[in-house]
Amino acid sequence: MTTIAVVGTGLAGVRAAEALRADGYDGRLVLVGEEAAQPYDRPPLSKQVLLGKCESQDIALTDDDLRAVLDAEWLLGTRATALDPASRALTLADGRSLYADGVVIATGARARTLPGMPRLPGVHTLRTLDDAHRLREDLSRPGRVVVVGGGFIGAEVASSARALGHEVTIVEYEQKPLLRQLGPDAAGILGRLHTDHGVALVTGVGVTGLVGEDGVRAVELSDGRLLPADVVVVGVGAVPNTEWLTGSGVACDNGVLTDERCRTTVLGVVAAGDVAAYRCRGGRLRIEHWTNARDMPVIAAGSLLATLRGQDPMAQPVHDPLPYVWSDQYGVQLQIAGRPGVDDVLELVSGSFDDSFAAVYRRDGEISGVLAVDSPREFGRLRRDLRSAWSVR
Amino acid sequence: MIQLCPIADLTPGAVIRIARPDVPVPLALVKVGERVFCIDDTCSHETASLSDGWLDGHEIECPLHESRFDLRTGKPDCPPARRPIRTHVVQVVDGMVCVDATSLALAAETAR
Ligand SMILES: Cc1cc2nc3c(=O)[nH]c(=O)nc-3n(C[C@H](O)[C@H](O)[C@H](O)COP(=O)(O)OP(=O)(O)OC[C@H]3O[C@@H](n4cnc5c(N)ncnc54)[C@H](O)[C@@H]3O)c2cc1C
Repeated sequence: MTTIAVVGTGLAGVRAAEALRADGYDGRLVLVGEEAAQPYDRPPLSKQVLLGKCESQDIALTDDDLRAVLDAEWLLGTRATALDPASRALTLADGRSLYADGVVIATGARARTLPGMPRLPGVHTLRTLDDAHRLREDLSRPGRVVVVGGGFIGAEVASSARALGHEVTIVEYEQKPLLRQLGPDAAGILGRLHTDHGVALVTGVGVTGLVGEDGVRAVELSDGRLLPADVVVVGVGAVPNTEWLTGSGVACDNGVLTDERCRTTVLGVVAAGDVAAYRCRGGRLRIEHWTNARDMPVIAAGSLLATLRGQDPMAQPVHDPLPYVWSDQYGVQLQIAGRPGVDDVLELVSGSFDDSFAAVYRRDGEISGVLAVDSPREFGRLRRDLRSAWSVR
Repeated sequence: MIQLCPIADLTPGAVIRIARPDVPVPLALVKVGERVFCIDDTCSHETASLSDGWLDGHEIECPLHESRFDLRTGKPDCPPARRPIRTHVVQVVDGMVCVDATSLALAAETAR
């Protein structure tokens, strides 16, 4: 019987398994996941979970119905440590080996930490349910919170900590948060969200150290300032989990390199989700957004099954979606589509930049992105326009 | 039966949101061709208003996370929504779109 192993049991792994079964795969299916917890969804971790508005069972990615459909062997709480390209055998951390005819790499990414900094109590990153529970515990006591990094996760954590009544400061290395992702105008608007809600924003400085002995006491900034802190959350991006593929023949460079159909450099091995750097429009994209992790595994499963069935994989659909991310901060809902460049011009379409609005980015007059604050209907309309422009480009 | 709105208010391809004290849960009304469909307005995944979503044939797309629901069956096509959205039977009586009150009451109970 054929065996397919899916490595990683986050959204991309679960979706890959679902897509394989939906595509008629009836062989053996094994899911290997480092986390012992049943698969769960991450977006609520920085929002509802921190706020105590939902519990583990509310964010489950599978239920009895889906598990019955998947009919899989679940190897949870164990890591894949190696992949042998010749035999396509996986080595697991507990010493077992697993032979597979096809492998889906869905190992995602982990939170980046500050280089060379001590792991003091009170210092957190946020990627897993365990992280969220630990942080929630620390936020249950009064204290000063410093968030390092003004990206989406930093902003959401700051918003949640503020809602829990803490004094919160965000430290952002750039002159404005999200400057490189969204350009100066949008960065300014989103920066004001923080200050409007009583969160202090310290920009244009780096963090050079953490002060404290049995727990963090302060954050040391590159300009010499010390920011008192009882809780520090480091939100400085994520690193793809590819180290375990060393020696496997699967080429990696800031993620697992794949073609437009999610195929890696090893036959019968595909990759999807946050870990995958896929070829797209002559370049490479590695997208760390939920929607990409939902949709990419469907393409990966299709091309893997075509390979295993001896069909022409080139006849399979390619992965080339319009990037989309949402974020919830301070009770406000942000939606962003496309890949706006820093120099693209932000143009208001409806509402007001002081409140809720929908806006487009333009490059040489052409629409290149959509940004909306609390305007889902208008966002949907503009995203359609962008999609048409995106598909002809 | 609860009267929702005059049938004349509905244009094919447009979605109307009905949120009123006498209606236990917010509803979305949609006319496709000559048929009128009535569904719960709140996405089965999270608080998003489906009437803000994109309509494509018999499918309505959640404006936040893009799960699409079939207006006829309420079934979602892909996550994050897993549970179907509740559909309600409507009748047109004397030019008014009406919905069965007991079906709505049930919806209110499960929404909690
Ligand atoms: C706090 C937070 C909030 C977010 N909010 C949003 C949001 O609002 N909107 C949005 O669009 N996106 C959001 N995202 C991003 C979204 O959650 C990710 O894009 C998505 O989780 C990626 O799924 P994935 O399956 O590719 O990777 P992951 O979710 O990282 O899952 C990978 C899994 O593989 C496991 N693994 C790693 N290495 C191995 C190994 N060697 N063997 C076995 N298992 C392994 C990991 O432990 C993990 O369980 C958020 C992310 C976080 C962390």
